[in-house]
Order: sequence, then structure tokens, then C-alpha cells
Amino acid sequence: MTARRGIRAFSLAYLAIILIAPVTLIFWRAFEHGLHPFWAAISNANAVHALRLTLEITAIAVPLNTAFGILCALAIVRHRIPGMGFVNALVDLPLALSPVVVGLALYLLYGRDGWFGHWLLGHGVQVLFALPSMVLATIFVSLPFVVREVVPVLREIGTQQEEAAATLGASALTTFRRITLPAIRWAVAYGVVLTTARSLGEFGAVSIVSGGIAGRTQTLTQYVQASYENFDQTGAYAASVLLAALAITTLLLMTVVKRGDRSS
Amino acid sequence: MAIEARNVTKRFGDFLALDDVSISVESGSLTGLLGPSGSGKSTLLRVIAGLETPDAGEVFISGKEATAVSPQKRGVGFVFQHYAPFTHMTVWDNIAFGLTIRRRPKDEIDTRVNELLELVQLKGLGKRYPSQLSGGQRQRMALARALAAEPELLLLDEPFGALDARVRQELREWLLRLHDEMHVTTIFVTHDQEEALEVADTVVVMNAGRVEQVAPPRELYDEPANAFVMSFVGPVNRLGETWVRPHDIEISHEPNGVTQEAQVERIVRLGFEVRVDLVRDDGERVHVQLTRNEAEVLELAPSDIVYVRTRRERTFSESDGSTRPAPASAS
Repeated sequence: MTARRGIRAFSLAYLAIILIAPVTLIFWRAFEHGLHPFWAAISNANAVHALRLTLEITAIAVPLNTAFGILCALAIVRHRIPGMGFVNALVDLPLALSPVVVGLALYLLYGRDGWFGHWLLGHGVQVLFALPSMVLATIFVSLPFVVREVVPVLREIGTQQEEAAATLGASALTTFRRITLPAIRWAVAYGVVLTTARSLGEFGAVSIVSGGIAGRTQTLTQYVQASYENFDQTGAYAASVLLAALAITTLLLMTVVKRGDRSS
Repeated sequence: MAIEARNVTKRFGDFLALDDVSISVESGSLTGLLGPSGSGKSTLLRVIAGLETPDAGEVFISGKEATAVSPQKRGVGFVFQHYAPFTHMTVWDNIAFGLTIRRRPKDEIDTRVNELLELVQLKGLGKRYPSQLSGGQRQRMALARALAAEPELLLLDEPFGALDARVRQELREWLLRLHDEMHVTTIFVTHDQEEALEVADTVVVMNAGRVEQVAPPRELYDEPANAFVMSFVGPVNRLGETWVRPHDIEISHEPNGVTQEAQVERIVRLGFEVRVDLVRDDGERVHVQLTRNEAEVLELAPSDIVYVRTRRERTFSESDGSTRPAPASAS
């Protein structure tokens, strides 16, 4: 009994110091002088642009990574294609690799003298310091989540339901749509939530490739940093609150997803 | 001829699951594939269904070459050992699946599914999910689902393997009645010799990827082709080079010219059947099956000295095929 209480007290204290205190502080600082300064800070044109840009990048990266994640998981689990073991290991690379390194790699590839950058610039495609590179960086860092959620579920459900559908006359596509996808839907939803959260919060890789030009290539995380460096503390805190609010919304969605998962 | 497999070979890595297997199955028959685990019986069933591609050999369904035809175009109904229910669909949707993907009219689907629910005794349970059914009910749902699109061929992989003894017995009888009514050509896989003898009209005995014998149940029991079949299909004593069924041994209290002396070691009474374990004077252990009446007349007790003779015995030569006995667990 005492041991259980001790564990609970310790974990709550740990969470309070590590998580709750900083987040509360951000909210408190943002609303310290009331709603008006907060509203003024986030309705500033650069802040609005940064928010819109972050949402745009997320809206492109998440569907792409979801589609890739499902296909990749199917390839890893269902089809014994030679080399899939290597792919399986490679998928985790973004978790291990520092985003700064990713950003640097993209910089080298798509820069003026990079392998792809030279050719692309010659054809009038600007990747670096523009939306494409920011999307690429975000896709890279949020790549593993859907794959990692879907792979174990695919393994667990096995192939029998799919085989049963095939003997009943279902084509591969029908089997996927009617049998496989419904079976993995909560894992996919989970993966999407995690991918979204990661994409919204991405800073390191994007900050290297974007250039961080206010009102043009500045994401919300970069806006927070820029505001802070310019001694615009209210602006920094307000934008942080916005990010935190997005994160909390995502987490709430995850709770809904979890509940659905349990009831199925 | 409904189904024919010709010289089918299938390997999984180093394991030879099917070794040049040929069988043919009569249209409308109820055939049992019997064998110990790893004998290749399930693999053969999956090759017939198109779920496995053989490394060599051909499969014919209703006279047409079907080796390369995908499972969805073979017109077979397949029932999996663990039922493979579509867990996110209701019982009704599970059974309707084969019809909805063929875009049959709604009234037709309704009529057919209701018919099948009645046939498999699941009327009123259509709105449940598979997780809310018992094992036996799930199995019947899987059968109804397989039958919905009126397959030419029904394939059942260890259909009753995961059920308890009583439900298994009920379902066997039910499958027999169903087959009598529907006459759909049916092949089922089992490792249970009693199930094969009771349900099938033809039994294919398999061992180590080969077919040992194809025969009606009675012939299989009375005229086994080799030592493997003899020992796999029913209990058996191996006495030197000869094989004797436990009920083909006679016990008496008096010796005569052909009897051998033996000592009673153990007596087990199983209702109508009484099993007596003996040790002959040459050291051979002998299992004997008596009816209760026979046992009562003999009034046997452990350590009694009795005299035994065999009524009927068999010997097999190398040319009969497999002379290796079946694994002990099977008898």
C-alpha cells in the first residue's frame, strides 16, 4: 500500500516539475496582462502567417506520411520482399537522427551546389528557403509514427481474415478496403495523431532549411524563437500558448481515439 | 471428378510439405484428409484453395486446370481452423460478405443470409459480433459465410479442432446432415482418426508429405495398406513383425496349443470398453480391448496368469510403403 502510494507521489511530482510547471508558466505569462495583449500578439500579421504556414506544412506532410506508412507497414509485414528488413530498420532513422542533421543533409542536397538543387534550380524550382524544403524536413522527422503503430497490429491480426476474404471472392483492393483497413484503423488514427503532433512542433530541421524569414518562411516554432530573441516576450509566450493549445487538442483527439480503440 | 491434384510438390524452405502428391476427389463426396501434424494435409487443402502455390504439379477443379487461378476465382468455400471471423463485422455482415462484394441485389442477399442463419442455427444472432459468440457458434458462422456464395467446393481445415469434445461431436453430426442436404463436394482436414472414420465417405491418409492410402473408412481400418495406416487409424499392438488390433486378441484362463502365457498388469474400465494391459512370457507388452460382458465373464484381476492368442494379425513388407509406425500420440 505504502509502496503504491510512494510510486504515485513520485510520478506526480516528477510530472509536475518536468511537464506541468513549464506549461502552466507559459499560459500564465501569456495571459499575465489579460486577454488583450495576448490577442494583439497572435493577431499580428507575422504570427498569423506563421500559424498558417505550420498548418499548411502539417496538412501536406501528414497525409503523405499516412499513405506511405500504411504501404510501408504492409510491405514489411505482408510481403516478404528481399530488403524489407533493411527498410524496417531504416524507418526508425528519423527517431535516432538529430533533426539538425536532417536539416543539414537537405541543405546539402537541395542547395545551389547540391546533387538535386543544382538541377532543380536550373528548372526554376526553388526548394531551399521555401515551402518544399520545409515539407520535406517535416516529412522526414515525422516518418516513423504511422509505420510503427501499424506494423504490430498487422502482425497481430495475421493473414487469415485476408485469406478468408480472398476465398470468398474479394480482390486484393476489396480485401484491403473491407478487411485490412478496418482492422488497422485505430492504429492508423494513432499514428496520424502522433505524426500531426510531431509535424506541428518540428523546429530543428525546418529552421535550417527555411531561412526563417518573418511573414514568408517562418513557422510557428520559429516565430516563438524569433520573438524571444527580439525581446518580444508577450509575442513569444502567446505563440507558445497557441502551439501548446494545438498540442493539447491533438492529445485530446488521441484520448478519443484510445476510447474508440477500446470499445471496438 | 470434382478435384484432382497431380504430382503436387510444395516446400517451405528446407521442409518438404508435399512430396509428389496425387489425389482425386469425386463430385459430391465428403473426403477426409487424415494425418499427424506436419503430414502436409493442411498444405494440400490450401493448395486446392489457391492459398498456396505448389512448386510443381497441377490442380484441376471440375476438369479445368486451376493451378495458377487466384483463390477468389476458384469458387471454393474455405473454413479456417480458427474460423477467421471478420472481427469488425456483425454475424450478418460476415455471412453476407461473399454476396455484397459480388453486388448481388439487396433482397437476394437478405433472403440468402436469413436462410443460412437458419441453416447454421444462428437465427436471431445476426446483429452480434463474432466476439460475442461461442466457439461452436463462430464455427457455424464461418461455415455459413463459406456457403453463402454457393461454392462448388467446400474446404474445411481442422474444422472442429479447437472445440471441446461435446460440441465437436454435435458439429460432426450436423456437418454430416448438412452434406446430405446440400451435396456440395467437401474436403476436410483432421488429425483425429475417429472424426475421419465417422464423417468421411473417403479418407486420404497422409504422412510426411505423402499419401499412404485412399479408402473408405471401413476398408482403411480392416485393410490398412501399410504399418503407418494400421497404427494411425485405430489402436494397435506391434508384436515382433506382426500388427494386431487390441480387440483381435482373445484371453482365456486355460492354455491350448496356440496360446501364449501372459500376466495381467493393469485393468482400466471405460464404461462399455475394458482395457487390459498384459505382459507375455516373452516379455512383449500387449494391450487388449474387451467388452464389459467379456470382461465380466473372465473375472480378471491384476497379476492373474492368463493365456492369449491373436484372432487376426497383419504383417507388412517394405513394398507396402511406409513401414514406420505412426507416432505414439496418434493411437
